[in-house]
Amino acid sequence: MTLGMKKNEVPQDKSNLESANFKELCYAVDENGEYTTELSTGWNPKTIALNNAIEALNERISASKQRVKDLKVSPLEYYMELHKMDLPILASYVGIWKWRVKRHFRPGVFKNLNNKTLQKYADVFDITIEELQRTDL
Amino acid sequence: MEIDFKHKQAAHCENGVVANLMTYNGFTVSEPMVFGIGSGLLFTYIPFLKVNHAPVVSYRAMPGIIFTRFATRVGIKIKREKFRNAQTAKARLDENLQRNNPVGLQVGVYNLPYFPDEYRFHFNAHNMVVYGKKDGIYLISDPVMETVTSLTEKELEKVRFAKGAFAPKGHIYYPTAFPEQLQLEKAIIKGIKHTCRDMLAPVPVVGVKGIRKIAQLIRKWPKAKGVKTANHYLGQIVRMQEEIGTGGGGFRYIYAAFLQEAGKLLANNQLLDLSKEMTLIGDQWRDFAVEASRIYKNRSNSVAVDQYGHVATLLEDIANKEEVFFKKLKKAI
Repeated sequence: MTLGMKKNEVPQDKSNLESANFKELCYAVDENGEYTTELSTGWNPKTIALNNAIEALNERISASKQRVKDLKVSPLEYYMELHKMDLPILASYVGIWKWRVKRHFRPGVFKNLNNKTLQKYADVFDITIEELQRTDL
Repeated sequence: MEIDFKHKQAAHCENGVVANLMTYNGFTVSEPMVFGIGSGLLFTYIPFLKVNHAPVVSYRAMPGIIFTRFATRVGIKIKREKFRNAQTAKARLDENLQRNNPVGLQVGVYNLPYFPDEYRFHFNAHNMVVYGKKDGIYLISDPVMETVTSLTEKELEKVRFAKGAFAPKGHIYYPTAFPEQLQLEKAIIKGIKHTCRDMLAPVPVVGVKGIRKIAQLIRKWPKAKGVKTANHYLGQIVRMQEEIGTGGGGFRYIYAAFLQEAGKLLANNQLLDLSKEMTLIGDQWRDFAVEASRIYKNRSNSVAVDQYGHVATLLEDIANKEEVFFKKLKKAI
């Protein structure tokens, strides 16, 4: 590909889009150099980047799961990771200050949370309070 | 009710929504035209912000701003509304549909059920059109999808009130007044000038300088952060460049398509030549992605540091080319 992406060069690699029967629109030039569009099923460099990102995410989830089992953090951290969130996003969903959410990651603090606060978290993660409190994930 | 709305797939959601809403109102405008007039092309590195635990770069202008600029420049008026509570937001949307008015919506991607799972991240600047409601189900025209789709009331509420950065807060928008004829010529020139100004801005994290800054950081990452993190960061740069909605090559191909259309409309041959040049720059962005993917393909810790130097050099070359390019483009109009 040295002289502009041609319509017939729009990448058609296998990707995660396939499962959802999803094609994305790309801009490319036709044989007369006129811009047109073509659907693409995916492109390897991008698919690899996405797969890596997902793998990194899964590593974070399982590491957090272990920390919960070891009683080093509260299950909140695990559910945050499971929902691809980070601290600012979780804080924004529950409407609680970031530093307080961070405190709730401490098992000792989490144990003493009242039902109202626990319910807020449970609602965001779409689970019950009982599920939220389990440490045998 | 169902409004007779023509769905056309686009590369980028915001351009697509604007182009489709304009078409509905009797003004045919292409996606690249919206992107160019709205000065959508950009490069920014956003320091201090992390998304998915990696630094953020953006290849396009802030969400929402493309439509705002486009509207001012071609002389249409838009109404925008955000809401505190979901009931009012829903009521206002339903009112508009009753009046046969298709509405643009800003939504979060994470809870969109029709998106492939792997693409559902907490990204809140996605755009779609709601063009009707049948038996309590909203009819959706999502520009990045091939065909129209639908969402239940609950599903739509969830994505309209997604939280985090750029939270949509139920944001709806639609054009309210149009000129008799769209005056594209002046709008094109304004749009191009603005993009040149942005890309050549004397700000270390914006435009050409922003690209150089990222190149510099890529050289540092393997030593400063370790190979694993460096690869994660590099992967995110490529993902932002080639994510659904960029039209390929970090929006450079869409911009080249715009310059081609603009060149014809203004009978300006220089713009046609510059369109070809931008296409080649788009190819270089893709070459960068290919080279970067060679590095992050293996997630081990044994990547030679000079490989990072190599991709950084590619970026610096792109920066030089774009600097020359936008200086020429500024003079061409």
